[in-house]
Amino acid sequence: MSEFLLTWSLVLAQILLGLAMCCATFRLVTGPRAQDRILGLDTLYVNAMLMVVTFGIRSGSSLYFEAALVISLLGFVATVALAKFLMRGEVIE
Amino acid sequence: MTLAHDFPVWAAILVAFFVLGGSAITLVGSLGLLRLGTFYARTHAPTLGATMGMGTILCGSALYFSVLETRPVVHEVLIAVFITLTTPVTLMLLARAALYRDRAEGSPDVPAAERMEEAPQRPESAENRSEHEEPAR
Repeated sequence: MSEFLLTWSLVLAQILLGLAMCCATFRLVTGPRAQDRILGLDTLYVNAMLMVVTFGIRSGSSLYFEAALVISLLGFVATVALAKFLMRGEVIE
Repeated sequence: MTLAHDFPVWAAILVAFFVLGGSAITLVGSLGLLRLGTFYARTHAPTLGATMGMGTILCGSALYFSVLETRPVVHEVLIAVFITLTTPVTLMLLARAALYRDRAEGSPDVPAAERMEEAPQRPESAENRSEHEEPAR
């Protein structure tokens, strides 16, 4: 019972997160301006981090937790660098 | 697929509820990113996934591993704290950059409260430039 419930709820959650990642990728590819693309990239990072966490629940190992932490760190740095680039025209002044 | 066979049903129901709810909220936020009209409206939508969706999915994960290992496992709190601290910073930087770009181009997409009639000015650049130039003089 509990195995059935967990399996199907996690598969469904991964499908929903995959759809969310598709939406973010669409905005990343077809965003009318650069700031829309950066917003799509930020959303894609957060959704991918949540997807990795659900993979960790499915596999039952806490190894995926470190991957999720690294993804969220890299997403923060990437978005800040890109926003700084939009603002100033260079990242490190 | 190595789910425990003797996992208690109440915990399974709670984990399923948390994970499904969090992913549904994240999907709603991403749909908002896809569907809303202007950039300033779109900025609000993904924060659904970055706050509530992230919180509930990490709650489900922490509950699952706590029940599985029969001890409190709270290292998901690290991710939660980090995302909560960094999301406002990134979105404020991004919105300021977009506002500067739109003002510089005179775009009509700028929200009415933020619209400036005079010529656009680069924020803080005057101070920075004077700081950089003072040693040269």
